[in-house]
Amino acid sequence: MNIRQSFTPLFNSLVVQILQLIRNLLPPLLAICGFFLLCGIVLILRGQNPWEFYTTIFISGFSSFDEVGSVLFNSTPLIFTGLAVAIGYKGGLFNIGCEGQLYVAAFAAAWVGMHLNLPSVILVPFCISAAMIAGSIWGAVPGFLKAKFGAHEVINTIMMNFIALAVTNFLVISVYREPDQMAPQTSQVHEAARLPRLSNMLPFLSQSNLLDASFLIACFCVLICYIFLKHTRWGYELRLVGNAPEVAEYGGINPRTVTVWVMALSGAIAGLAGVADVMGYRHRFSDGFSSGWGFTGIAVALLGRNHPFGVFASALLFGLFTKVALDIELILEVPRGLFLAGQGLLIIALVCMEGISKRNN
Amino acid sequence: MILDLIPSTLRMTTPLGFAALGGICSERSGIINIALEGMMLIGAYGYVVGAHVSGSAWGGLCIGIGLGIVLALLHAVATITFHAEQIVTGVAINILALGIIEYLVPTKERVPGLPELKLPIIGSYSILVYLLPILMVASHILLFKTPWGLRLRAAGESTEALKTLSLSRAKWQYFGVILSGILASIGGCFLVSDVHVFTEGIIGGRGYVALAAVIFGNWCPLYGVAACLLFGFATSFEITNPWAIPEQLIKIFPYILTMIVLAGLVGRSRPPAALGKMEP
Repeated sequence: MNIRQSFTPLFNSLVVQILQLIRNLLPPLLAICGFFLLCGIVLILRGQNPWEFYTTIFISGFSSFDEVGSVLFNSTPLIFTGLAVAIGYKGGLFNIGCEGQLYVAAFAAAWVGMHLNLPSVILVPFCISAAMIAGSIWGAVPGFLKAKFGAHEVINTIMMNFIALAVTNFLVISVYREPDQMAPQTSQVHEAARLPRLSNMLPFLSQSNLLDASFLIACFCVLICYIFLKHTRWGYELRLVGNAPEVAEYGGINPRTVTVWVMALSGAIAGLAGVADVMGYRHRFSDGFSSGWGFTGIAVALLGRNHPFGVFASALLFGLFTKVALDIELILEVPRGLFLAGQGLLIIALVCMEGISKRNN
Repeated sequence: MILDLIPSTLRMTTPLGFAALGGICSERSGIINIALEGMMLIGAYGYVVGAHVSGSAWGGLCIGIGLGIVLALLHAVATITFHAEQIVTGVAINILALGIIEYLVPTKERVPGLPELKLPIIGSYSILVYLLPILMVASHILLFKTPWGLRLRAAGESTEALKTLSLSRAKWQYFGVILSGILASIGGCFLVSDVHVFTEGIIGGRGYVALAAVIFGNWCPLYGVAACLLFGFATSFEITNPWAIPEQLIKIFPYILTMIVLAGLVGRSRPPAALGKMEP
């Protein structure tokens, strides 16, 4: 009797937690189902077999270790940008500037990787830190403008995006263009600044598989972010400022300081997406390398409910989309715009559901 | 030399001006509109499809505006009826528009442009170039001199004001957002009508420049279009570029100006008080 009584609250809290989890997971799952349903309907309207569409997705995404490796490769930058947006969002800030942050960070990484010739053990951390610092500066500026002058961070991050694109474009075309080449890209970084491909270590991946160690960094980053948000003082401050800035101020936390460092942190994480491309894949800064990762990051964070693990899962899904969109285009001749348009609708459906549930509460 | 810049300045200003007027209508009613870029893109797409199918520029303009209204309605339903996060919805609409263009690949053929009007001294321009100042003054009068404008602005200044008059805030916000869809898509139509072909990067971030102009112009039609004129001049300067200034430097000029103004370092930019806020 005694034991049962002492277990009942535990059991109840478990039930509450499971219900909470279902409530959190339901909207994203609904949106994903809606997305696939919509794709099927579009396929029927095109006079094609929707079943073929689903099997192609499955084959292209999961049929071998190599395919899975490619999905993970495509997910890597999205994990970073998704985390960056999520961290900002938890702190009550909207970081739409991931695109700009990852560009300046990528350039910083490439610059250090080209100019310093050091052993790998030193150079790799150097490059990564340079990228994170560049990204965090790019994020901190809108944060500072918000904290000091109350300027809305959304507008400023958008403006900083364009400034980053123009500045890196200028640098890569006029100053650091690879000699005797037309393409707007820098020379390659030193061997020592490159992240190894996982196919060297994992025998079941073929040599041509692009998956590199930046994916491991991304996984590590997800864990760190989870611990940071949940179990550290700073994480607590961040969430408090995001949820109730007045309470935070009353509790002796300065929301303005928090705003600046949250944006800096968010920018630093977004910068790692640039690292993944420069040090893991292209080994150089190439103009226009990101295919809107910063903006997809918003969708990733939203779908993952701004939880690090959720972000990880939804980044994998978006990585799958990126990977299979190409195959669908090749095999079924369905333009990949379908996935992009579907993503747009998916985001709108998600925010609508969120808006409704917020209003009902 | 400055005289040579006038035609290109006017052509650069016109699409920005329409989109900025659209942005002002939406934001004055309290709905943040990041989707200007997508609305311009869908307008340009509608124009090229309509003009190609009907063989007439007017058909293109109608389809362009129609698609702009559809996209604006989507934004309005999501943000006003369902209280969706306005910034995210805007970003999503931009993604959606881009996806639609990639999916329904528009024709690359030449399409007819809108008729031009030749005036002495100034020269010959598309009629939309002349329409912009007219609409600018009209929207200034609409916003600041009519009861309609008063209600539209009341929707943006307070979540409660219209309720106390037993008017629907949502209705006026719908009005504002749909106006923004119409105006922004006209801007997109102009871009295609001007060069007669649709290319993928035809908007090229102009929606965001227009957004900058809205803020820079302090949410007023007259100042907003003036800001567009300034940005348009900068862009045409970038093309002629007599002093070999790096083009990227000229490109970022509107963005830096906007950040400075938004921070209140020069002048003062005050957004509508209830911008982005929904009644609980």
